[in-house]
Formats: sequence, structure tokens, C-alpha cells
Amino acid sequence: MTDAQAEPVGEYLLEALDIVKRFGDFTANDRVTLRLPPGEIHALLGENGAGKSTLVKIVYGALQPTGGQLRWGGETVEIPNPAAARRLGIGMVFQHFSLFDALTVAENIALALPGRFDLVSLAERIARVSAEYGLPLEPTALVADLSVGERQRIEIVRCLIQEPRLLIMDEPTAVLTPQEADQLFVTLRRLAGEGCAVLYISHRLEEVKQLCHHATILRHGEVVANVDPQAETAASLARLMVGADVHAVNAETHAPAGPPMLAAVSLSLPADGPFGVALRDVSLEVRAGEVVAIAGVAGNGQSELFEALSGERPAPVPEAIAVAGEPCGTRDVTARRRLGAAFVPEERLGHSAVPGFVLSDNVLLTRHASGGGLVRVGVVDRPGIRAVAERVTQRFDVRTSRADPPAQALSGGNLQKFVVGRELDREPAVLVINQPTWGVDAGAAALIRQVLLDMAESGAAVLIISQDLDEIFEIADRIAVISRGELSAAHPAGEIDRERIGLLMAGAHESAAHGDGAGCEAANPRRGGSGRGAGDGEAAA
Amino acid sequence: MRLQLQVRSQPSRAMTALSPVIAIALTVCVGGVIFAARGLDPLHALYVYFVEPVTTMWSIEELIVKAAPLVLIGAGLAVCFRANLWNIGAEGQFTAGAIAGGAIPVMAPDLGPWVSLPLMLALGMLGGMAWAAVPALLRNRFGTNEILTSLMLVYVAQYLLDWLVRGPWRDPHGFNFPKTVAFQDWHLLPTLGFGRVHLGAVFAVIAVVVLFVLMSRTLKGFEIRVSGDAPRAAGFGGFSRPRTVWFCFGLAGALAGLAGICEAAGPIGQLQPHISPGYGFTAIIVAFLGRLNPIGVLLAGIVLAISYLGGEAVQVELGLSDKTAKVFQGVLLFFILACDTLIRYRVRWVAGRR
Repeated sequence: MTDAQAEPVGEYLLEALDIVKRFGDFTANDRVTLRLPPGEIHALLGENGAGKSTLVKIVYGALQPTGGQLRWGGETVEIPNPAAARRLGIGMVFQHFSLFDALTVAENIALALPGRFDLVSLAERIARVSAEYGLPLEPTALVADLSVGERQRIEIVRCLIQEPRLLIMDEPTAVLTPQEADQLFVTLRRLAGEGCAVLYISHRLEEVKQLCHHATILRHGEVVANVDPQAETAASLARLMVGADVHAVNAETHAPAGPPMLAAVSLSLPADGPFGVALRDVSLEVRAGEVVAIAGVAGNGQSELFEALSGERPAPVPEAIAVAGEPCGTRDVTARRRLGAAFVPEERLGHSAVPGFVLSDNVLLTRHASGGGLVRVGVVDRPGIRAVAERVTQRFDVRTSRADPPAQALSGGNLQKFVVGRELDREPAVLVINQPTWGVDAGAAALIRQVLLDMAESGAAVLIISQDLDEIFEIADRIAVISRGELSAAHPAGEIDRERIGLLMAGAHESAAHGDGAGCEAANPRRGGSGRGAGDGEAAA
Repeated sequence: MRLQLQVRSQPSRAMTALSPVIAIALTVCVGGVIFAARGLDPLHALYVYFVEPVTTMWSIEELIVKAAPLVLIGAGLAVCFRANLWNIGAEGQFTAGAIAGGAIPVMAPDLGPWVSLPLMLALGMLGGMAWAAVPALLRNRFGTNEILTSLMLVYVAQYLLDWLVRGPWRDPHGFNFPKTVAFQDWHLLPTLGFGRVHLGAVFAVIAVVVLFVLMSRTLKGFEIRVSGDAPRAAGFGGFSRPRTVWFCFGLAGALAGLAGICEAAGPIGQLQPHISPGYGFTAIIVAFLGRLNPIGVLLAGIVLAISYLGGEAVQVELGLSDKTAKVFQGVLLFFILACDTLIRYRVRWVAGRR
């Protein structure tokens, strides 16, 4: 890194010149040029599918460009694979971590290093690097016991230990609490100060404005602008990304909330597998006409809560969950749909939709038993499901290349619009939606938020589970926070601020009994005293 | 220059249909090479193997006799495979069906003509179902791998049959041959008026039509397809995986059992240690060659029946081992699975080394 400082000003560390990448007929990168001097934090902005990941993978050697050239320190280079990229001094922290849960921090880092290693001296190096950059890590800790933020630190330290000259970060703050994100920015600024270049991919425009010196904006695989983010507003950056003004969500005050339509009462569920999260005494009420949001860092029990609410994992007692006043904790997802509930999971391909099935078949997936006559005496009404698919496609502006395509042919945003539309088309009384705009482009996200608000306006109860605080503040009437399987009380959106939410995300509301970890579950008597919980307690005693 | 596989943006429909045709063509080519290596005229040998079996009325009748069990079993297996359930123990379910149905002529030979045959067919289906229920139960209760359990049960069924025909069920007047009594006329399936073709062929066609409607038009078929393609989405749709496992194994077991009793009460006419030239295993190839589609299974069953007849023909005319049929079947399965790569990928010649 000292070399980097010695380089003359104006010389670029990395130059990607006229990069073209085609997949079949699809052009993911069209003559993209990117230049990074040492010590610069450079943002790469764009909607989903704009070509950011493709470009980054080419720089990291995971993909080969169809055309164009890469220059490193002024010399033309080929980067045939990630190992070659690492040899040049390029490190990358992926959005989805590649860590082995059952191994320690030091072992995980050792696996990524070339050649032979000595765990003892490596542990010392890890301790030194992590102390130096303010990234506290215990080399002997098991990854399974660490929070997401700590896991990300492992990935960063893994890069830093190889003394990179360019660090690529793919949406690093998507999984962090606000406090953890601030900590990360300190580290990144420090690295930049030492001459390391940072290529920073993010959706969060405020963050980019705060952190980055320069931003390259991609749209449809082409560079549309090179800007100084500090001179822009979040709105102007969003406009450049989307190419048109992003539709502002229209959140008017709702009618006062009606009767409770969805309720969880002292819901407890044991963890599903060694790395699952147990739900502890979760109580929640969503009334007709309101939007309630559950904030929280990924992996704190959101998907477990969703599956318990949908009925994919039944609760131990019927009273634990009620839809429209009817206890249905032990009944399956079909029974809950018949009571008027609708569900949209986080994962689109493989959970809310079958990737290889056409849209009309995907209509049938959740609509086969909830009325509308789509199935008569066991026989599927094909024209019927096609009509529904067409209606949803038109009403929710789902853009398809041809009539009734397979779900996997749609982009993330379009498929999400379809999946949400499929449920809304039923006019449900209750909607539970997990990460409504995760990985969705700005235009589709605005549309989805608007329909959720309209739905509450028309008298439905809407529960959203989201990691995106901006989204939550935009549409929620009340906000609760989930942390390690425990849910805080829901506060009216006007009475809670980001700092308070950040503290709750870090576990401020958790009962003291298991502040020291998740292991002592059975010894912890539940306040609600549900049948299952009491049984566990006795068994342990 | 090097060959490169490129992922298609979506699976190719054309290749889904063409892949079996290419696989058959490649199998014929490899067959020619094998014959040539044995010092035979490859064209003549291929003619004897593939074409001669369909040139005479007699052999066409035999073709139908052999295709019927293959289609019956293959149609059931296609449904299982669609649900991502790897039932490869159809041979055992076939045997169990023959044993269960064969119990009537052996143990209650005096039962009246109108009762016997329907009862035998029903018992045959139940026997096959019961045999298939074991892997289904183990899978649902303990998460056991059904490939292993269903395969192992094949040998259990075969040894059970072996023991029965050598022991308690042996024909007392049969000169100690390991065979049961010959079934009476009213225990045998009626023939359809040409050759040995019997009612089993009609059952096969009915099964194909019923399963085609089931898979393409009904909610049950949808449930099976979702369960195989995206299990998590199936759970979200409200479909229970254990229920699908029961249904698919039960269905495939019943059809294999029906094929078993049709074979015993048809061409063979009694129980003996070997009642199948590997129909239950060959039906796996039938299911894949038929694109896991019941109509396709009907065509594929005929193709694989030719491979059996061709095996007999080259044995008689050219003096080759009857294992030739197994070689052709194995090569064919290999090429189908290889050609199926083309559904998701396209092959490109790429200039340059890397």
C-alpha cells in the first residue's frame, strides 16, 4: 500500500476500458469504462440488472469480458480467475458471505489464503489487522456464534490480510444495523487514507453521498453518468439510475384502524436446525386499515416468523395465531388463505413462484383453494388461470417479453410485481409480506409500496417485514423490531426514530435472561407459558 | 478451438423433443461400431437388430407383448420422477404384484372364473403398492434415501418369489421343477385375437391416457409437478410433501404390480423364479426417453421393446449374446442423459485456448 501512495497523482490504479459482456443475445455490459485512482472510494450505482455485478465480476476475474480491456497500474492485464485478481491485489467482499459456520474465524480465513498456513501465526496476524482497522474479531470464535456484522468483518479481514490495493464491496450495509454501518465507514475511510481504492456497490443513495468521492452510474449495461455524489441529491442520483423521476409514494393519513385481523399471541417456536432462530414469545396485532412494519437485521427470525404466520410451519397451539379473529395456529397455509389471508415470501424464485412454470401456473400455486372457481372437481380451469395471469400482468404493469412466460424469465422487480399482484387480485383482508422490495428496482419498489398503502386504505391489514428503514418510515403506521427471535412492542411511526430502532435491532428489548446468548433457551421459562414452552422447561429441569 | 457449453436463457423446447431422437441416432451409430468390432457387417447387423423385428406380423405382436409392461411401469415411474422421487425398485414392485396376484391360482384354485381374474388383478396392484409403500414410509418418517431402499427391496422380492416357487408354492406334480401349478384358463388374461397380445396392452393404453389427463389437467398433477420442481414453493402452495410421496409411490407401485400379474397371468401362465427380463429397470429408460410424459412413454416403450426383440434376433441369426440388448439399453440411457444437457445449454465452438 505504500507503493500506491508513491504513484504520481493522476495515474489510475484500475482502468476498465470499453468493457463489453454478452450472455447469448443479452448485453450485460456495453462499452463500460471505469477509472479508479488509488485512495478513492468509488460508488457503482444502478438498478437491479443494470450490469453492476457483471462489471465487478469481470474485474475480479470471475467472468471474462467479451470485449474491452483491463489495465492495472497502467499496464494491460488479463484476469483469468479470482486467484489472479487476488495476486494483483484485488480483494472482494461479497453480499452473500462464503463462510463455513462450523469452523472458527481463523480457519475460515486460512482456507482463503494460498499455499500452506500456520494457524497460530495466522491468528496473530488476524488479531493485529483487526485491531489496526477497528474491526474487533476473536480468531478462535466459531462462525456459527457470530452476528451478521461480525461475519462481514471476517470477510473484510480476510481481504485486508492480503494487503489489497483495491477492495470491492458488494452492498455491504444491506445486512448491518445503522451503528455497524457507521463503524464500517470509519474503516473504509481509513483504508482509503492509506491509498487503497474502494469500489463500493450500493442501493442506498444517502450512504453513497456520505461516503464516496466519485460515482459511476449504470443503466441497462451502459454508463449514463460520472458524478460527484456530494454535489448531487439522493433524488437526482435516483433519477440518473432510473432514467425518469421516481414516482413519489403518496402516504396520506389513513382512516382510524379497525378490528384486529391478524394476531400472534405468545408465539414460541424452537429453532429449525442448528443455524435457525427460535421465536420467543412473539405477540403482535395488525388491525384492519393499518400497515405494521417489522424492522430488523437479516437472520434474526424474520423468515421463521413469516413461516409461522403463513402456516408453513404450524404453531404448537391454535391460539398462537389468529386470522380475522379465528384461531388457526395449527392449521395449514390453505386454511389461512381461506380465512382471507395472503402471503408473499422473501425469496421469489423457488418460494413464492416456481421458476420453470409459466405465470398462469404460478397463479394456481396460491389460488387453487381460495375460491374463484379456478379448480372444479380437481380439474384446473386453464382459461381461468390464464385470465387471472393476464389481469395481474396488466394491472400491476408486469413487463414480459411474451405472453405467459416462465417465472424465471422475468426480472426481479417484474416478478415481485406479479407475485404481489397475484395475492392482491384476490382482495385479501390480511397481507403478510416479507422484504417487499428486496432486490427490486426503484420504479417497481415505488409501485409496490403504493399498492400496499392503497390496500390498507381500502381496509385490509398489512404486515411488512423489512430490512429497509427508509421503506418502513415511508409506509408504516406502526413499527416493531425483531432481534434474535424476540419482537419488541409496536410503536407508532411518529414516535420512534432511527436511533431507537437501531438500538432495538441490537437487542435493547430482549429479555435479560438470554442476553448472554441463544443457548440457554430451555432454562428460560416463557412469560406467556404456552404449552410447548412449559413442556420444554420441565424436560430441562 | 474448443467446445464450450453456454447456458440458454430458458430451456429449449425443441431440444426437449429432439434429445431422445439424437440419443437414438447416436445409439445406432455406437451399435454399428460394436457390431463392426465383432467382425460383422454393421449395416446388416443393425438391420437385424432394429428393423427385422417390425417386418412380420408375428414379431409386431411380440413387440406389443413386450411393450405393454414397459409402458405400464414406465408411465408410473414418469410420475414419480416428475415429483423428484427416485423409485428405481419397480422390478421389485412388479415381482410383488405377480406374487400377490398369483396367490389366487396357487392357494384358491377353485374360486370361480368370474371372481378369480378381477381379484388377481386387484391383488397384483395391492401387492405392488404394498412393496412401494415401504420406501415411501421410510422416506416420510426417517428421511431415508428412496433410491437405496427401493432398489434393495427388489432383491427381497426376487428371493421371496424364489423361495415360494421352490418351497411352499411348488407344483407337487411338477417333477421338482421350481414352478407353481400352471394357471387355469379362467386365471389367464383373455387375448385380443392376434397372437399372444393380451388385455395388459389395453391396460397400458388406459394408464397412459389417465395419467396424461392427471398430469396435464388436474390439480393433483400440478401438485406433483410443483413438489418435484420447487419443494419450498409446494409447501407455500399448501401441498404436503409426504402426501405426494405416498401418492406417487402408491401409483407407481400399483402399475408395476399390475404389470407383474399381467405377465404371470399372460405370456408365462404360472410363477417361476424368473418372470421378468428386467422390465422394471428398463422402464426407467422408458420414462426418461419418453420425457417423463405419459404419451412419450407409450412411444418409448415401443422403442425399448424393439431392443429386447433385436437382442433375441441377433442371438438367433448372428450368434451374439443376448446381453447385447442390455448393452444397447445402457448406451441409450447414457446418450439420453447426455443429450438432455442440450436442453439447458447450447454448444459453441470458441476460438482461442482458454
